[in-house]
Amino acid sequence: MKKFMRHAIFYTVLIGIWALLAKLKVWPPYVFPSPQGVVESLAAGFADHSFWIAIGVSMKRMLLGYSLSVVLGMVLGLGVASNKFLEETMGGLLVSLQSLPSICWLPLAVLWFGLTEKAILFVVVMGSLLSVTIAMETGRQQMPKIYGMAGRNLGARGFRLFWHVLLPASLPYIISGLKQGWAFAWRSLISGEMIFVSLGLGQLLMMGRDLNDMSQVIAVMILIIAIGYIVDGLVFRTIERRLQQKWGLAPAT
Amino acid sequence: MTTNPISQPGFSEHRSPVRGSVTPHKSGLVPVRSNGNNGTAKLTLKNLSLTYKSNGSSRLLALDGIDLKVKPGEFLCIVGPSGCGKSTLLHVIAGLQQPTAGHVLVDDNLMDGPGTDRILIFQELGLFPWLTVSENVEFGMKMKGIARAERQEKVQYYLRLVHLAQFKDSYIHQLSGGMRQRVALARALATEPDVLLMDEPFAALDAQTRDLLHDELERIWAETGRTIVFVTHNVREAVRLGDRVALFTFRPGRIKREYKVDLPRPRHLEDVTVAKSAREILDDLREEINKSLEAEYAGEVLKR
Repeated sequence: MKKFMRHAIFYTVLIGIWALLAKLKVWPPYVFPSPQGVVESLAAGFADHSFWIAIGVSMKRMLLGYSLSVVLGMVLGLGVASNKFLEETMGGLLVSLQSLPSICWLPLAVLWFGLTEKAILFVVVMGSLLSVTIAMETGRQQMPKIYGMAGRNLGARGFRLFWHVLLPASLPYIISGLKQGWAFAWRSLISGEMIFVSLGLGQLLMMGRDLNDMSQVIAVMILIIAIGYIVDGLVFRTIERRLQQKWGLAPAT
Repeated sequence: MTTNPISQPGFSEHRSPVRGSVTPHKSGLVPVRSNGNNGTAKLTLKNLSLTYKSNGSSRLLALDGIDLKVKPGEFLCIVGPSGCGKSTLLHVIAGLQQPTAGHVLVDDNLMDGPGTDRILIFQELGLFPWLTVSENVEFGMKMKGIARAERQEKVQYYLRLVHLAQFKDSYIHQLSGGMRQRVALARALATEPDVLLMDEPFAALDAQTRDLLHDELERIWAETGRTIVFVTHNVREAVRLGDRVALFTFRPGRIKREYKVDLPRPRHLEDVTVAKSAREILDDLREEINKSLEAEYAGEVLKR
């Protein structure tokens, strides 16, 4: 409860300063909107369904792109981890590729796929694929060998060995990579939507700019933060906590 | 307590036909050479050898021409100094490691690769922490494709057998060391293997827990009639549990000698007869331990 109080005080002060600055009209309202204006924008956006539609479109792209990159990343990661040659060569390439911001793939994606959904999906996949691959590769190496042996000993082979033993055994080692992959994918998606316009939260952000509606810009930014936080805080943290409980690992604080 | 009728009280004083130098002891031990002969064997090892390649040039002969037969329902213990290849032998029998030469046969059928007819209980157990106790026990049956209803029934049976029925929904980390051992035992037994392989399963336990598990293992063995190959470095444990004890040499791993343990069951670790028999084997083992120590001090011990 004390923690909640500290948070409440912090945010009250923060919004208070914001409201004060807006009230003093240090900057004109179209450059620096008031908190009320942002709240009104949020309400209006949800009321005319434009925010709902944007969220729906963006989330659909996210889920599709992210699932694709998880599946691809796992296959790739396992492949790299199981072959010494690939590990030396591909492993290095993957790490160096990770320093490339995924939005850099957009020009290439547009040339390949045109201004289509495929292009934006490609950017999302490229955003998270490397994180997932590297996480899977290291997870596979860090995972104690005993689980694989015990699985084979008890009659698990091929895909069943992977699905029932190797995957769950490596999960504690790859969950942070999966989380990182999601965060990267989310960023890639929003930047992609901002440049390549067709629905979604990123486009809404750019529309606010085009209309000189700063309140809407801030409102959409808050929305983007909120969704990112909810997925991270609810989905991934719940999975992590359940994993830790099952495995008896100390809960990370 | 269940009594096992296979051993007769009293001492047999047969001399080993090959190594005749062994003086007969009044300890219930009978040195034997068991190459082939009498009756069907559950598990047969034929001229099993394994060579490790280490650093390209040097080779390490871990197992050297092992011939061994284990009768159905027999409890065989293998003792030897650490690093002598006992664990490797179990891995080879389980099919997790390929021998360089030789064969493993179960009921005269040639084995190739792992199978649920030979289940190994690892030294570090390898229980799955993401599954509950009952899911762990169920795992092997699930892989075998046994129907759900039958699986549930057997899980219940085997958990009761190891006295863990009320812990079926616990996760592994919530259990004590001794309880984990019993889960591993139940998981192995639930696949109903022809041969149960145990790799120093009780080495990390405290003395009381180990004594208790000795009793339980003996009872479960009598109840299920499984064939067991049990590896340990503890000679007394081997004499307490085994129908027969095979002594391994240090390197290359060979069977130096075998002893039939002719003591009545149930036995106890503190029994004078057990201690006496152990003493006798220990004298033979000492030589091998010295060899292993020499190798260790010379810095030659390779990672197992």
